[in-house]
Amino acid sequence: MAQYKMHLLVCAGTGCRASQSEEIIVNLNAELKKQGLQYDAQVVATGCFGFCEKGPIVKILPDNTFYTQVKPEDCAEIISEHILKGRRVNRLLYEDPETRKHIEDSKHMGFYQKQLRIALRNCGFIDPENIDEYIARDGYAALGKILAEMTQSQAIDEIKKSGLRGRGGGGFPTGIKWEIASKNKADQKYVVCNADEGDPGAFMDRSILEGDPHSIIEAMAICGYCIGASKGLVYIRAEYPLAIKRLQVAIAQARDYGLLGGDIMGSGFSFDIELKYGAGAFVCGEETALIHSMEGHRGEPTVKPPFPAEKGYLGKPTNVNNVETFANVPVIFLKGASWFASIGTEKSKGTKVFALAGKINNVGLIEVPMGITLREVIFEIGGGIKDGKKFKAVQTGGPSGGCLTEKHLDTPIDFDNLIAAGSMMGSGGMIVMDEDDCMVSVAKFYLEFTVEESCGKCAPCRVGNKRLHEILEKICAGKGTEDDLSYLENLSKVIKDTSLCGLGQTSPNPVLSTLEHFYDEYLAHVKERICTAGRCKALKLYTIIADKCTGCTACIRACPVAAITGEKRQPHVIDVDKCIRCGACYDKCKFTAIHVQ
Amino acid sequence: MELIKVTIDKNEIEVKKGTTIYQAAKKIGIDIPVLCYMNLEHLKIENRPGGCRICVVEVEGRKNLAPSCSTECADGMVVKTHSIRVLNARKTVLELILSDHPAQCLICSSSGKCDLQSLSQKMGIREIHAVENAEVSSYRKDCSPALNRDMDKCIMCRRCETICNDVQTVGALSAVNRGFMSVVAPAFEQDLIDSPCTFCGQCVAVCPTGALTPYDDTAKIIRALADPKKTVIVQTAPAVRAALGEEFGLPAGTLVTGKMVAALRTLGFDKVFDTDFAADLTIMEEGTELLNRITRHLNGDKDVKLPILTSCCPAWVNFFEVYFPDMLDVPSTARSPQQMFGSIAKTYYADLIGVKREDLVVVSIMPCLAKKFECQREEFSVDGNPDVDFSISTRELAGLIKSANITFDALPEEEFDLPMGESTGAGVIFGVTGGVIEAAVRTAYEIHTGSKLNRINFEELRGMSGIRTATIYFGDTPIHIGIAHQLGNARKLLNGIREGRYNFHAIEIMACPGGCIGGAGQPLHHGDSSVIRARYDAIYREDAGKSIRKSHENPYIVKLYKEFLGHPMSEKAHHLLHTHYFDKHKI
Amino acid sequence: MSTFKIQDCHKETIKGICNSFENNPGELISILHKIQSEFGYLPEDIQREVAKNLKISVAKVYGVVTFYSFFTMTPKGKHPISVCMGTACYVRGAEKIVDELKDQLKIKVGGVTADGKFSLDCLRCVGACGLAPVVLIGEKVYGRVEASQVREILDSYVD
Repeated sequence: MAQYKMHLLVCAGTGCRASQSEEIIVNLNAELKKQGLQYDAQVVATGCFGFCEKGPIVKILPDNTFYTQVKPEDCAEIISEHILKGRRVNRLLYEDPETRKHIEDSKHMGFYQKQLRIALRNCGFIDPENIDEYIARDGYAALGKILAEMTQSQAIDEIKKSGLRGRGGGGFPTGIKWEIASKNKADQKYVVCNADEGDPGAFMDRSILEGDPHSIIEAMAICGYCIGASKGLVYIRAEYPLAIKRLQVAIAQARDYGLLGGDIMGSGFSFDIELKYGAGAFVCGEETALIHSMEGHRGEPTVKPPFPAEKGYLGKPTNVNNVETFANVPVIFLKGASWFASIGTEKSKGTKVFALAGKINNVGLIEVPMGITLREVIFEIGGGIKDGKKFKAVQTGGPSGGCLTEKHLDTPIDFDNLIAAGSMMGSGGMIVMDEDDCMVSVAKFYLEFTVEESCGKCAPCRVGNKRLHEILEKICAGKGTEDDLSYLENLSKVIKDTSLCGLGQTSPNPVLSTLEHFYDEYLAHVKERICTAGRCKALKLYTIIADKCTGCTACIRACPVAAITGEKRQPHVIDVDKCIRCGACYDKCKFTAIHVQ
Repeated sequence: MELIKVTIDKNEIEVKKGTTIYQAAKKIGIDIPVLCYMNLEHLKIENRPGGCRICVVEVEGRKNLAPSCSTECADGMVVKTHSIRVLNARKTVLELILSDHPAQCLICSSSGKCDLQSLSQKMGIREIHAVENAEVSSYRKDCSPALNRDMDKCIMCRRCETICNDVQTVGALSAVNRGFMSVVAPAFEQDLIDSPCTFCGQCVAVCPTGALTPYDDTAKIIRALADPKKTVIVQTAPAVRAALGEEFGLPAGTLVTGKMVAALRTLGFDKVFDTDFAADLTIMEEGTELLNRITRHLNGDKDVKLPILTSCCPAWVNFFEVYFPDMLDVPSTARSPQQMFGSIAKTYYADLIGVKREDLVVVSIMPCLAKKFECQREEFSVDGNPDVDFSISTRELAGLIKSANITFDALPEEEFDLPMGESTGAGVIFGVTGGVIEAAVRTAYEIHTGSKLNRINFEELRGMSGIRTATIYFGDTPIHIGIAHQLGNARKLLNGIREGRYNFHAIEIMACPGGCIGGAGQPLHHGDSSVIRARYDAIYREDAGKSIRKSHENPYIVKLYKEFLGHPMSEKAHHLLHTHYFDKHKI
Repeated sequence: MSTFKIQDCHKETIKGICNSFENNPGELISILHKIQSEFGYLPEDIQREVAKNLKISVAKVYGVVTFYSFFTMTPKGKHPISVCMGTACYVRGAEKIVDELKDQLKIKVGGVTADGKFSLDCLRCVGACGLAPVVLIGEKVYGRVEASQVREILDSYVD
């Protein structure tokens, strides 16, 4: 990076590419050339900066200027003003929603202040398609150190000491997992990276693969050394074309540099990586299902034990970790296990990446230390609730997780606290809901997803989730009963208790947690037939505001079921029991006297 | 073997490492209910997908309930098999399964034999929650010539899939779709007739519900019996007599030959004959063909195809037509006993009694579903009139007897009619694996050597293991014999021959486990393979009790050749008793 | 089902792809990916051909094809429309967009318009949550879509 005075980092992640970041790169380069600056400044296509809400992002180094929502036509101005004359383009700077002031520097933006980027350390800083930039930031140094100085068990001990736990959902200690796989003897073992991100609101794995593919390659090689595997497989979603391309480029570069292949760095250790493609099945996030899918079968899970560490891919000991887990590994060796263990809470070390989305001002990808509170995430990093609405709940853990409410805002976020609160870390989706969101509908949304994604192998998940979804539909349609609520609860518990794999064992969580925290809302749906959020069409409550009603009888004539009564020039009344919520009266009334709740 | 201690419902026991909770519980008399799990120990067939979750138990220290069928005991494990939590879970899961199952028990052909139904009774299910808006998964019905598929009744136990792929290696079925609509079906959910299905019917034999049931011609038989213009005769396969009693509460392995004959006569069949007679005839043809080929081979004829493969089993015939079309000239051209019977009945016997072919109705009682397909093959009919009109299974015969309010137990023991009811012990053992080849050896030995056999029982050809080999000396000539039952074993054997690894003179193959005694038309074993073992013993008992035990000594067979066929492999015999095979290669 | 009839040249292509994976049944999913990207979809005849090359049952191939949502047995429209149904898009109103598209195109989700111009599908998070709700038409991404814009967007596809 040395010969250029300035660097223009342009986000080339999927989100920003969707809003023309590729054109921006083309225009910036053309403009540099036009103005004769192509030897002074360099345009770098980087991975995701995380601040997707305000994309596309262009960041300028060395001054850390952070331009948001850049359009291709802004490029000329950026080059002629900022690069040539050293003057910032103020209108493209981030504006603090509260102070209305432009913030020049990303370091002073609320979105970044509380973040700690370990897994995402290189995302947005380096060109993911250039191995030299990774190496310049100590890339492959951890692998080199381990191969030169550490035995397998020393390296595994380091991971154990760091306290790293699997970031894919379950939170199983990574070091212990490696240790088990290393102890099982076999002629061939495998390291698998689970990159089949399927959570409907999460994209952190993709961002890491797009922004920093070499960190995954390095970590897999480290894992290979530790457990005694010479083969690595990345199981990646076929719908991630950019991540696939960058990973392929990175693997080829690593092979060229002798960092993959035979006798790596003269250590005698050999390791290589192959890509396997997922084909759209959420259940393949479960490791036994993932392995069957890699073997060319239907991605159906099997009963554990045997665990993959004993009998995995092609019947051989296999260690499966997800992308984010691997992304943490090289840093642990570079900065030391005790450094890593100093971050976070007692039982959850390090950081966690979340995909922050929903009714929040700053949608994006964030990485925060374990133990941060929801309040900090939502109101400081996330910039609060959109359009000044009231915070209602935050859903973590995607379809396997649950909703947390106002009362959890100050709970430190870690694996165990989230489980205690009836949710889970999951892969890291964090969806913020406001007062307009109906929690029954939210539970229904997740169940719809689970019904769609259940593999169908075990009865409780195949049929049970379907029935849960049907009951939720019934409640949203205003036909639910209190009995349904108790059956919902029993059924949810049985599905959790009896399902074969992690999908079914967690799929009722959205129902159970909303039942626990928003029971009144459920009750309103089934008893009063009201959706307090006003989201359920069939539950809209139509009433007449007596003060506004002129007694014109237009609504009486419009009502198809004769639910409205009243004398001429006297305020009319809607019989709630007869009302079919068609809205005909509302449309007819010229005096806005019909109130809809 | 390492022993470990487990506590199940407060009983401490020692089991071998690797024992599942289900097996351990069974040892101490705790019968944990299962639905998808099936273990046919004598046949080494296991289906253990862990999918139905009915067998869940509580294991101390575990967060979730564990499926006892596929959870191995660990040292010090404490298990509860009937806590409230377990019972509620089982009941709720069963309710879920029932909520996606048509409530047609009253008219379902599997009613009374259905594992789901009996489990529902056992668990005391009296209502099913959340059904008023419940969607049920529904699929296109498929009626093939041998079996019906009504997948609305499928509970995804996957037994049929395991049998079709892992045991029979036919590959007609697979789990398809995902989630709520997942079901076991042929490719593209097409009809079985368009798939590589062999109609062995073993999927039907293991189906715990009414999803897979036999194609049933009983109604047509009743109509024929009631038609005064028709002469209706019946033949009964050897394996039927060893199993029919089970349908009437008799222990497995009870021989009911005499009562069966009496029942058929009571039902109104004009003559009750025996397929065993045709089995003897088969030996005459197949045995002669075997000897011909061996003699030519020994004389140095390079064109002769060896080994010769038996061709009595219709599912096996379907199997090699689909999967080994390059080897169509290897199997014996002899028709199966069912078809030989039909052919002789509609020529020789029809002439004998002066009845026109079209007025003679031939019914067969078979342990088999593929026989239903076989009798519909075009090559086994003359001008559209089939040699065998209808084939029904052992279970359907039992149904017929019950519906005619016949008290089976009270029936007298009666004898088959002559001439086609006379048979030998050799004909009887056609019903078990190894039996056809033993019967052939009994005859071929004597013809080849010209001397009497000292011993009639060839123990070396018997047994239940999937692939067996033996060498029998015809005098000084060693005859190498291979035997396989279940199509997966047959495939292994055939692949070995194709690759030149085996050097056999003769091979016997039967598609079903244990041979015809384990046929898909037999009373359901409900996962208990000792039933098949008991039938196996019964067949050899029947053989041992016969006064004549070698096919060529059957006086009515001798008479048939003398009066009608001439000699084995004669032109007439060739025309009536032999067939040819077709390339039915499908994917 | 489809009217696709396999030709010899198709068989050659399939054979080539299967060969490139050494006809290894363990590579079935990779092979199907390759073939679908070549043909656009996986009609019956193609699945039979794959089964033949890999020496596995066609039921098994079909079982795999119907398990994974990425594989399709019907051809997509000329302009395939995918609505992101990730949670972020859902809470920002993706359902309304789907309803509007269904109304406008008069097809169900998973369907193709009679003229073959558009097909409509839902997919999981595309990772453009900042732009929620998101609609993809072909490779083009439409962010922050409102139901009222749907007609206009569709009209921009004139052939």
